[in-house]
Amino acid sequence: MRELPFGARLYVAAVVLAGAVLVAGDAYYLTTDPEHQGDWLTVLGLSFLVLVANLLLTPLRRAVVDAPVVSISIDVPVGIASVLLLGPVGAPLVMGASALMPSTTKLPLFKKLFNAAMLALAAWVAAWAYTWLGGETIVYGEPFDASKVIWQILVAALVMEAVNAVLMVTVIALTEHVSPLRVWFGTMAESALPLFIYSIFGLLIAVVWSFAGPISAVLVLAPLMVARWVFAQFAARQAAYEATMRSLIKAVETKDLYTRGHSERVSRASVLIGRASGMREDRVTTLRYAGTLHDVGKLGVPTRVLQKAGKLTDEEYQAIQQHPTRGREITRELEFLGEAIEGIHYHHERIDGRGYPMGLKGEEIPEFARIIAVADAFDSMTTTRSYRGARSIEDAVLELRRCKGSQFDPVMVEALIEAIEQHGWDVTDTLPEIIPAPVSESLPTFGSDDDDPTARDSLAELVAKSRDDGKPWAGE
Amino acid sequence: MTVQRQQKPDMRVVGPLIFLAGLVVIASVTIVYSRELWQNTIADDAVLKTCGAFALFIAVGEIMRLTLPGGRESAPLASAGALAFALLPLWGGIDGTKGVPTPLVITVVTIGSLVGAFPRAIARRAIHVDELARRILVTLVASVLMHQVLIWAVPPTTTLQEQAGKVAVLAALVAALASVVDALLAAAIRSGNERVPMRTAVVDEARALIGIASAIAATGVLIALSYPRMHLWALPIFAIPLLLTQFSFRRYATIQATYLQTIRSLSKVTEVGGYTETGHSRRVADLAVTVGRELGLSQRDLDDLEYAALMHDIGQLSLSEPIPGGATTLVSQLDQRQIAEYGAEVIAQAGVLDKVAVIVERQSDPYRPRRGSVDPDLPLESRIIKVCNAYDDLAGTSLESDRQLQALERLALGTDREYDPVVVDMLAAIVMRDAVAV
Repeated sequence: MRELPFGARLYVAAVVLAGAVLVAGDAYYLTTDPEHQGDWLTVLGLSFLVLVANLLLTPLRRAVVDAPVVSISIDVPVGIASVLLLGPVGAPLVMGASALMPSTTKLPLFKKLFNAAMLALAAWVAAWAYTWLGGETIVYGEPFDASKVIWQILVAALVMEAVNAVLMVTVIALTEHVSPLRVWFGTMAESALPLFIYSIFGLLIAVVWSFAGPISAVLVLAPLMVARWVFAQFAARQAAYEATMRSLIKAVETKDLYTRGHSERVSRASVLIGRASGMREDRVTTLRYAGTLHDVGKLGVPTRVLQKAGKLTDEEYQAIQQHPTRGREITRELEFLGEAIEGIHYHHERIDGRGYPMGLKGEEIPEFARIIAVADAFDSMTTTRSYRGARSIEDAVLELRRCKGSQFDPVMVEALIEAIEQHGWDVTDTLPEIIPAPVSESLPTFGSDDDDPTARDSLAELVAKSRDDGKPWAGE
Repeated sequence: MTVQRQQKPDMRVVGPLIFLAGLVVIASVTIVYSRELWQNTIADDAVLKTCGAFALFIAVGEIMRLTLPGGRESAPLASAGALAFALLPLWGGIDGTKGVPTPLVITVVTIGSLVGAFPRAIARRAIHVDELARRILVTLVASVLMHQVLIWAVPPTTTLQEQAGKVAVLAALVAALASVVDALLAAAIRSGNERVPMRTAVVDEARALIGIASAIAATGVLIALSYPRMHLWALPIFAIPLLLTQFSFRRYATIQATYLQTIRSLSKVTEVGGYTETGHSRRVADLAVTVGRELGLSQRDLDDLEYAALMHDIGQLSLSEPIPGGATTLVSQLDQRQIAEYGAEVIAQAGVLDKVAVIVERQSDPYRPRRGSVDPDLPLESRIIKVCNAYDDLAGTSLESDRQLQALERLALGTDREYDPVVVDMLAAIVMRDAVAV
């Protein structure tokens, strides 16, 4: 708690105190008032349920490493159910207890206490709202008509969420010094529909409870918990998936020791370009894959050729030039790659039509390929190669500008430059230590790779010549 | 998830099950149409409406099928509807019977399932007769047990309302029991069809079904318990949570399939690079999975085995010149080890495939490193890959029985040191069986 600003500390203390007073008062009332006899059992039953739910899901959360948080809430349905079954006396106890249970995320004690107090207060206000609007409390064994209280329940759910949100947004605003409204829109705006669905679940628990007893909570939450469990597995699998793909790509790069980390960086730069040119997020994801996989076809090129430091023969050039086509062969069956496959196939095309493998021109070249071409060239210029040292970012930018319109799509070049100015560029030139740095600049300008525009002019000419053989020059 | 080698279902298990279920259906329909039951309970508008609603629910559920991760099919809504109908505690029959008469339950469930299967039949997609037989037998068990529960828990002196809590708990128990019966039947069918040892099949089915089965059981019980209060509304309302579960399963199954697809594609890199022959990894993987399955590996182990087999040659990428024909069997032991170790290193980097990495790392290790002594830590999966890889290197795609026999013979000669004799025997049995089938 020490790291919090003074205002935030004061605020957290106040909320925790209010929550504690509320819970203590509730507990006293529940024990002494004969009207609430038997409600302790309900409180314990619901709290026990939350505990079991948390324990069952804990090992799963641990398995999910970097996966996006998948949340199917157990708290909200239980909260609504406790409002319906217990009212203002009791509901805060259940919610407060649920936040203090051993849970999946390790939180410092003061955060746990704050969460408990926040949930207890929210449940209390929601329960009052429900009663005030004329909603009746459900009693086990007495008939209950759910259709008459639907709107009161929805209002109660909204109130509960709103109180939660206000208390939470305030603490974030106090600690992070950002506008509360921004936090509000960032986190809460998406929760409207799930909130509605979870309230219905809460209602179902309470209704079935009225005639079948506590087992209803287990039965209603079972499909929900299974869904949550499967979602967690899905996330774990997705993380595993990306990790596996990355490590296989690294295997590709070990063939050409100078290009370690190249795919990863090209992927990063491609994403920068994609975002800067306002691409939809799902396409950016595909673009990221395309960047990662763009050189996968180099596996089809003999290692001897890739690692050769001296001048390459015509045959060896041709072998290298086949890598985009080979890349397409490998990735062709991966349906989810979609546009990325074309990006991989055509990333060595040039705007002026002198690229390979097809010699496409301008807009004929798929957008992904035009992006990767720029990212590819940028990375190979700013990292060390067997035939020269790394250049500065400024030099690389100059070179990109020089070649735009002939080799590169000007829009993409400017998008990359703009994005780098905005976000910066981290050249982690992960050159393995076993390889000595290039000795001299006077080595032949021909390298084993042809991503670098400064090394490629003569190669491009070679390609153009081989294609134009037998054609009149005027045809160009 | 694994590619199932096309085999004719073994009728030794499925046959009797289908026969039994058929008898149950015929008996039920006969009783339902007998005058007594029809006139006493069924010829009533409310009853017919309820029967129709449940049949419709089951039919719709049958259409909305789900493929679980691992390739098993399931129709959660249909199963939940069938279970709910069997568990209905209250029944508005004219004679005030408690619980739906078992013959009527069977008849309605059968009609619903058949109607739901109709669109599939028109689209000429596979209809799962064994699954229908399973559902009928499980429904029978649930219905019979529930009648006992109602007789015991609600004696004539009390009402259902008074005993609702007790009935709820017992109904949940019946549902749980029915799920166990279902898993056992599924395991028996799979054990027969795919030649999996029964113990492995039970473990596999339990793992694969525990999630969806608990959601189905809970939904079935909820619908049954709520029916006296909510009437037919209970059906659509409690279908919603189950649909959410179904949705999450679908997403999981998709990513699982994509994962396998990707590893298959990327395992081709060694082929495109000229390191291995076309289709080598895929053939070794198919063969290894078949051998592993019949040796009793669980589905989880089979998945790891398949990934390892697909990627077993990835270490060859470290070679600067491809081995002629890609046949690792033909290079020195030292090179083989190096390839294996490098491949394992690449796979281990992913951080999520540690077991696969170990399998790949030890794929070239001999079965008996020293005369007479067997290495106790050598994983069975590695031994399987070693044998299957060698077989594919020697026999290739050849369907000539001569070449296959020669390859098997060479493997058999190697069992004193290199190869695990149990694996070689199993491989030989499979190759011979397939040869006869061709």
